[in-house]
Amino acid sequence: MSASLLILIPLLPLIGFLINGIGFKTIPKGAVGIIGTLAVVASFVLSVMTFQAFLAAGSQPVIVPLFDWITVGNLNIPFSFQVDQLSLLMLMIITGVGSLIHIYSIGYMHHDEGFGKFFAYLNLFLFFMLLLVLGSNYVIMFIGWEGVGLCSYLLIGFWNKNTNYNNAARKAFIMNRVGDLGFLLGIFTIISTFGSVEYLEVFSQATDFEIGDPVIITITLFLFIGAMGKSAQIPLYTWLPDAMAGPTPVSALIHAATMVTAGIYMVIRSNVLYSLAPSTLEIVGIIGAATALFAASIGLLQNDIKKVLAYSTVSQLGYMFMGLGAMAYSASMFHVITHAFFKALLFLGAGSVIHAMSDEQDIRSMGGLRKKLPITFLTFLIATIAISGIPPFAGFFSKDEILAHVFEHNKLLWVIGVLGSLMTSFYMFRLLFLTFFGTFRGTHEQEHHLHESPASMTIPLVILAVLSALGGFIGVPEALHGTHHLAEFMSPLYDASRQVNPEAFLPTELSHSEEYLLMGVSVAVALVSAIVAYVMYVQKASVPAPDSQPKSALQGLVYNKYYVDEIYDNVFVKSIKTLSNILYSFGEFFIDLVVNAFVRLTQFLAGLLRKTQTGSTGDYVFAMVLGMVIILFWKLLL
Amino acid sequence: MLTLLLILLPIAAGVLTLLSGERLAKQVALVSGLAVLGVAIAAWLQFDPAAGTQFSFKYAWLASGGISFAAGIDGISLVLVLLTTFLTPLIIISAFNHDYRKPASFYSLILFMEAALIGVFTATDAFLFYLFFEAALIPVYFLAAIWGGENRLKVTFKFFIYTIFGSLLMLVGLVYLYYQTPGTHTSEITAFYALQLSKQVQGFVFWAFFIAFAIKMPLFPFHTWQPDTYTESPTPATMLLSGIMLKMGVYGLIRFLLPIVPGGMEVWGTMAMVLSVIGIIYGSIIAIQQSDMKRLIAYSSFAHVGLMAAGVFSYSINGLQGALIQMLAHGINVIGLFFIIDIIYSRTKTRYLDQLGGITQSTPHLSVYFMILLLGSVALPLTNGFVGEFLLLSSVFQYDGWLGAIAGLTIILGSVYMLRLFQKSMFGPRSKWVEGFQDLTMSERAVLLPLVIMVFWIGIYPNTFLKLTEPAVSQLLQMVNN
Repeated sequence: MSASLLILIPLLPLIGFLINGIGFKTIPKGAVGIIGTLAVVASFVLSVMTFQAFLAAGSQPVIVPLFDWITVGNLNIPFSFQVDQLSLLMLMIITGVGSLIHIYSIGYMHHDEGFGKFFAYLNLFLFFMLLLVLGSNYVIMFIGWEGVGLCSYLLIGFWNKNTNYNNAARKAFIMNRVGDLGFLLGIFTIISTFGSVEYLEVFSQATDFEIGDPVIITITLFLFIGAMGKSAQIPLYTWLPDAMAGPTPVSALIHAATMVTAGIYMVIRSNVLYSLAPSTLEIVGIIGAATALFAASIGLLQNDIKKVLAYSTVSQLGYMFMGLGAMAYSASMFHVITHAFFKALLFLGAGSVIHAMSDEQDIRSMGGLRKKLPITFLTFLIATIAISGIPPFAGFFSKDEILAHVFEHNKLLWVIGVLGSLMTSFYMFRLLFLTFFGTFRGTHEQEHHLHESPASMTIPLVILAVLSALGGFIGVPEALHGTHHLAEFMSPLYDASRQVNPEAFLPTELSHSEEYLLMGVSVAVALVSAIVAYVMYVQKASVPAPDSQPKSALQGLVYNKYYVDEIYDNVFVKSIKTLSNILYSFGEFFIDLVVNAFVRLTQFLAGLLRKTQTGSTGDYVFAMVLGMVIILFWKLLL
Repeated sequence: MLTLLLILLPIAAGVLTLLSGERLAKQVALVSGLAVLGVAIAAWLQFDPAAGTQFSFKYAWLASGGISFAAGIDGISLVLVLLTTFLTPLIIISAFNHDYRKPASFYSLILFMEAALIGVFTATDAFLFYLFFEAALIPVYFLAAIWGGENRLKVTFKFFIYTIFGSLLMLVGLVYLYYQTPGTHTSEITAFYALQLSKQVQGFVFWAFFIAFAIKMPLFPFHTWQPDTYTESPTPATMLLSGIMLKMGVYGLIRFLLPIVPGGMEVWGTMAMVLSVIGIIYGSIIAIQQSDMKRLIAYSSFAHVGLMAAGVFSYSINGLQGALIQMLAHGINVIGLFFIIDIIYSRTKTRYLDQLGGITQSTPHLSVYFMILLLGSVALPLTNGFVGEFLLLSSVFQYDGWLGAIAGLTIILGSVYMLRLFQKSMFGPRSKWVEGFQDLTMSERAVLLPLVIMVFWIGIYPNTFLKLTEPAVSQLLQMVNN
């Protein structure tokens, strides 16, 4: 595999960004879209080539050094890339789904005056995302980590005349920075423990540690704080629903398929460290499960098409962490992949609907769209089945694998997971039925304007639909007489983990019949939810009540997202503002008072001293004699 | 000899500017500023990091007393000389936006200031250092007192008294050390390094130096002169103060405090570290609610310098290297930000965030430059601010985990106030104050472009500068640890 080709993978999007960013005034719209998209498609082609070259060469990680970035004392942080199974899988998702979303954006953003800026930002995002997964050490990962955060900020606030959107963007950046601080402290601890930040070096040294070593637990907890911010887990999740202020392709690419899965990538990348820290994994699993259930429950009552999908994303990320908590690293990666397909598809489908509905996002004003938007409907249907976990679509295999591992690990978490599945299936089918079934409930004008989206938008939908339908077959469990290609492929990543914690990697103790039972339960739950949703929203044709109508206490609580935003606002935002005002008006005043007191004191002492300067020789002689007497006494007595 | 040239050239240029008359002053000042930069670059190209202090000269001043006019350049001096000579021409161009009255005096003062700053950063004799340390105060005092805002006299007087007080303490310390040197005494800084002082004495000298430098930077709680002075001064003076002059304080810590009184550091270092960390958080929190953009950046600068000091007090190679690279980064970013605020002020006649909004709609170039400098300031990786903050925070964290975590809050708080600054001025609906706002002129771009290039240079390839200072820094640490 040639190094220069590998460098081009992140470099091409960067070049695309520079061309569109610098030439934004002069390059015509058509060219902008082509340059931006071509940069990513070329990157995708190179990724495929790299993948093949890697397969041909074996399974060992390949390091591609570029230059020494920061060198201080004994610490050297090289700017270099690492190609292995994990980075390759991420490359394929990022550039693959990224290409489709770029193509889609050509149609979706066509009328926007910021077309050039949009493509520039999108390319910049891919550059940083690719750095994140390609870096061979934690600090390069951190470059990508913060870089994607910046692009997320710029794209959430893309329509920057709107103050609410700007606030959402700022909130996302700041909340992510809370996580980033955790990440940074993790890196510092890694530096003081291992003297290096290079993955290979750190992980090979880590195998000398005992399971449960406090330093390793500290590192993994710090890193996980970073993951909670980027991957929107409790308590750092509230930025993601607000991030829906950005254009819909952004939600699909950044806030569903790629950036938000960076936290999962980080944990899998550090699997040696996490396998050494079972107590951290316990926390990871619990937070994942709590998030999965909590976010799903909020999704039940949301009426904004993108908000439902946003909470769904938070919830699905929770499933991935639940899997990580049970050390089912490959299963979580599997879910990252299938989720990238079906969630990107759902968002792009939602975009197609919003496009057709003249920017309406409230599902209460939709209905019956399946006739006017047949392709969007069919693909959305496939994605809904896939996310609900109904076989043989992609989500079934990946979610089921996670749940099976969780079942072996902790039965209570499994129950939570199944409950979450039940809710997932319900809110997704509710969304599907309210949007595409029944009669149209929007304005006359909107109805008149309804149309299927152009080919640039529907082709990506179709491709993603195929992937959502068939993507699960890369990991068919042995119980279903399939081969788990993905798990086999990823297996070398855990060599060191197997060495330090062999018990965690023993083959499953579940019998086939137990596995069938587990599958049966989750499929049954999903189907029942879908049927209930069908009865409620198609047969009875009920529509969620308008906001003006009073709600029961519980409904109000869920509908208002458990008031978490309000609590954060009161506890953190308001108190820091108050503190700022107090320090500025009283703190500064007080310090100045002390300073002035010193000045006064000096003036006073100076005044006293001045009085000694009488000008009379007698006084001076007296003082001199007095001094000599004191000195004499001093000498004699001591 | 290059060092002598670096000190004398700006003085000569200042005199020339004064003589060239009001109409030509600008141009003469700019050309001479660039010439000084050229000399500095020549020194850089000939510089050998491993060879210690270079380009030295020494003339007897008070020969009998061992006091001499001696200066030279090692790695630590070089990066600060480069910073000074790089920023001075940009500060001169940035003033072109305004019609300052008496331009000949105005620009010549900037050049005199440059000479004094270079003197501070290169002096190898303690009394010469002191001379330049004091001399630097005079031009900037006049710049602020003559061309400043409404409250300038009251504010600059406070600033003057405050720093003079600190300097006097330092003088007492220096005189004491001078009398401790063996034989007929000498005031060479390296002779001070060799002194064997008792712990108790070291404690007193520590305080004399600490207060002097803490006021200059400033560190908490010696900072109350700073926000007012930064806000009331004309922008070029604010730039000199924040971009370069505060580095005199950090430089003093590295050159004097650490190596001369390591015993004092052992006793009082933790206190100094805690004060620095308090300053980081205190300044950041106050910056969050500021409405005057200039005052906001003043508090942010106060917070940043606290982190640099914390790095120095951590006693480690990460901390010192981080402080040095951060001095460069901070100088570049803060000057850029003050200039952008000046641009906005000169167009809208307001610096209040509540009155601004929506500027980005007509100013793509300004927006991009502003954003890049802001990212440098909030330490986004691949910008200059990250390298320094990463090294500094890691050094504080290794000093003490809790202090490191608290100091680390700066990356959150920094993004809070900087993004608020950007959003309230650039984004949102267009305010009536920004009607007809024009994008950058050529001369404005001439200032911002070099700054932004440096933001990325230091961010992407910091080793250019880290390698320059590393030998000098490790030598210093070795000496301290013995």
